[in-house]
Amino acid sequence: MNPSRQSTVDGHRQRLLWVVWTTLLVASLVAVKALDRASSGGAAGVVAGAGRRDQADALARYGFALEEVARRSGVDYTHVAPVFDARLAHIMPQVASMGAAVAVADFDRDGWQDFYVTNSGEGALNRLYRNQGDGTFTNVAPDLGVAAVNRTGTGVSMGAIWADYDNDGYEDLFVYKYGRPELFHNDRGQSFTRVTDRAGLPEWVNANSAVWLDYDRDGKLDLFLAGYWPEDLDLWHLKTTRIMPESFEYANNGGRKYMFHNRGDGTFEDTTAALGLESRRWTLAVGAADLFGTGFPDLFLANDYGISQIYANRGGKRFVDVSEETNVGRTPKSGMNAAFGDVFNDGRLAIYKTNISEPGVLVQANDLWVPKRPGGTGRAGGTTAAGAAGRAGGTGGSGPGEPALPAPRAPGIVEFEDLASSVGVDFGGWSWGAQFGDLNNDGTLDLYLVNGYVSAGERSSYWYDFAQIAVGHSAIIGDAQNWPAMKGRSLSGYQRKRVWLNDGVGRFTDVAPVVGVTDVYDGRAVALADLSNRGVVDVIVANQRGPLLIYKNTVQPGRHWIDFELEGASSNRSAIGARVQIEWNGQVQLQEVSGGSGFSAENQRRLHYGLGSASTVDRVEISWPSGRRQTIDQPAIDRLHRIREAP
Amino acid sequence: MTSESAALSSSGAVVERPGLRFSLANRLLPPILITCILVGAHLSFGVLESYTRTGLAIVTAIAAELLMARLTYGRWPHPASAYITGISVGILVRSPFLWPYALASLISITSKYVLRIKGRHLWNPSNLGVSAVLFLAPASVSLLSIQWGNNIWPMVVIWTLGSVIVWRAGRLHISATYVASFLFFSFVRSAITGNPWLANVAPITGPMYQLFIFFMVTDPKTTVRPFWGQVAVVFMVALVETVLRLSEVVYAPFYALFLVGPTALLIETYLEHTRRKAATV
Repeated sequence: MNPSRQSTVDGHRQRLLWVVWTTLLVASLVAVKALDRASSGGAAGVVAGAGRRDQADALARYGFALEEVARRSGVDYTHVAPVFDARLAHIMPQVASMGAAVAVADFDRDGWQDFYVTNSGEGALNRLYRNQGDGTFTNVAPDLGVAAVNRTGTGVSMGAIWADYDNDGYEDLFVYKYGRPELFHNDRGQSFTRVTDRAGLPEWVNANSAVWLDYDRDGKLDLFLAGYWPEDLDLWHLKTTRIMPESFEYANNGGRKYMFHNRGDGTFEDTTAALGLESRRWTLAVGAADLFGTGFPDLFLANDYGISQIYANRGGKRFVDVSEETNVGRTPKSGMNAAFGDVFNDGRLAIYKTNISEPGVLVQANDLWVPKRPGGTGRAGGTTAAGAAGRAGGTGGSGPGEPALPAPRAPGIVEFEDLASSVGVDFGGWSWGAQFGDLNNDGTLDLYLVNGYVSAGERSSYWYDFAQIAVGHSAIIGDAQNWPAMKGRSLSGYQRKRVWLNDGVGRFTDVAPVVGVTDVYDGRAVALADLSNRGVVDVIVANQRGPLLIYKNTVQPGRHWIDFELEGASSNRSAIGARVQIEWNGQVQLQEVSGGSGFSAENQRRLHYGLGSASTVDRVEISWPSGRRQTIDQPAIDRLHRIREAP
Repeated sequence: MTSESAALSSSGAVVERPGLRFSLANRLLPPILITCILVGAHLSFGVLESYTRTGLAIVTAIAAELLMARLTYGRWPHPASAYITGISVGILVRSPFLWPYALASLISITSKYVLRIKGRHLWNPSNLGVSAVLFLAPASVSLLSIQWGNNIWPMVVIWTLGSVIVWRAGRLHISATYVASFLFFSFVRSAITGNPWLANVAPITGPMYQLFIFFMVTDPKTTVRPFWGQVAVVFMVALVETVLRLSEVVYAPFYALFLVGPTALLIETYLEHTRRKAATV
């Protein structure tokens, strides 16, 4: 071929390839847009035509509907935020952005779920709403002595958790604060006595989370309290403005952690150092559950400005940080929630941690950490046998007529994988509290999430300034003086909530607007409870600087359920740490009694299981914290079972 | 070996500059530096979203480069440049998904073969790739926007090494001009917005800017040729960035380079064409 002809051929070829490459480039750009729309929930994550219709429509489509009834129920309560040192005035909305909390318990043992809500202004009163049993609630906090816990000079409330720490049958109340933590003994549901000083709790802790657990399984509940700000910091009287996190994602200058071992005489002993629980991360949420099948509760810490942590419980003698081995501690994010749920109905507890996602600025996405099966992935397989890996092994003896426990397993660490994107629960805005619960009684756990950081000026955003300072070196980000003033601007404000419905085959769909959740307050805490003893879970939401909301749940008739209330004997009386796995219709669901979960929240102690259209439950297996195991065959459905551990 | 110098490039660039000798070390220095930054940062702070994501970005970039160069020009290219593109994408892009890493790399490499004029590609590849996914997929993608830890020494090492390498490549003036301009414009922004100066300076202390300063604005293939032209262009990048920042655009530097870089190249190409035409006449 002569050179000129060769040159022509090459020219044609290059032009042809140019067309091909151009097509490829344009296709890539189109694909980006399509994938972004799909992944952000614009197409797949939210129900088509989302918008409030009516209850009948919601019931027909999803089997449940929610209606906000707080005021009608006698709950007219708006959270008051704290006001710290004037040197923080320019960024006050964000440093004073927490404190709205809710914790559920039947404190007077009348069979109706009551709840405690915190306030965070100096001098503002907390409230204890007693359930009147007729759909209304009465604030009894002032009369019972648990209202005035925000006195000037003692700090303000950030949250509360209930548990019967002295095993007298009544749930006691622990209030954690930016300030002096408080413990109130429940005097048979008639009043509360402040026992903080005798208990031996520290003078001052700036905490946003705590959980009750019996870490050594001695039958007495211990208390884990996680500091957020350093404990030597009085936010009302700053000595310096160098108080901020030293990094947006690698901060280790937060508050210390505390494990208080219950001595059983009304006092607690600080065993933190002896147990190896030394962390200075900025913890915002903590949960306890048996994650490795050892029978002992492990700890999960959702940390702001850094990685999450899992502390594996080594026989109640020591906690070992296994964050990296389990994968949950590899990517630093802004953790704000710790909730556990058997989302695939296969006996494995997944961990749901919320983070921040703001389109165009910061895309952390929330995490759903699912334990991997040996040799497999964490994705649902639908076999009941797989649940065995998640069942409590436990130690100790068996009660009469109870099967013997398997030998204690060597402490094996299970890897977790994040399936939030796969199942569609990854994007929730600036996410805060979230809880698992079967909202429509179809037999699978759904997920209710609240969000929104600071809702102020509707047309102005602080995000640019926030993103700019967040990348700075510790010398810059660590000093509050360097932070740009918020000037009334919002930061991820006015966000719509998520009610993710589990379809049972590995996909969640946001149905919030259709089922009646349309509020855009700055949500913080979510708690689930059956407030009317109807066999459905209602939703209580505590909003920062906003009203407390109660979403009454209505479930389509014909959907069955079964509930359990446990009372420990050898175990702690609240039965915190007990695991109940039910088997029905060829599937299983595992739940564990919790001493606090979500963000600044505690669900009802009662365990609720939806059953769908199934008319029988084959078997219920209860693993008590003491190590005893109990089985119940074919229990009656559509009723609450109160079960006391054999002594 | 011909007399060339290999400057920092994420576009496969080898800049022909008489008087400077090509060496293997020069060609491999940028990839070695960026790999050191990545490995050091990950071992120290675990900065990578995952090995899979970064690996995917690198593999996609190299595979695309090999395929497109072979098919288009009938030769196998040196993979160093595609490696830098891929690793830059892998470090910069933050997403819970895999596809943004592959797509950003693909767009970056493809652009070199498509968006060309007079034999030069217009955009810095990784700048175009990350800008495209940022602009088109804001709900799925953000950029590395945090500090790598709090120890001053990693930052000192990166700045020192980076400076030495761009100096060896004869492009220190570009990085230095950008930094000086950024600091100056930080004062201007503070004066206008009332924000603390340190708040405005904060971004340049982060790793995103370190990559930007040493690996993007210095790219020889997508910068103009005259020394003072390079200084003027990078000053313009900082100026446009300032305008964008005053409009509260979070990823202003990338968009600024996206806008200014090709504009400067087009002007240079036009002037060269005009000069050649005049000389011919």
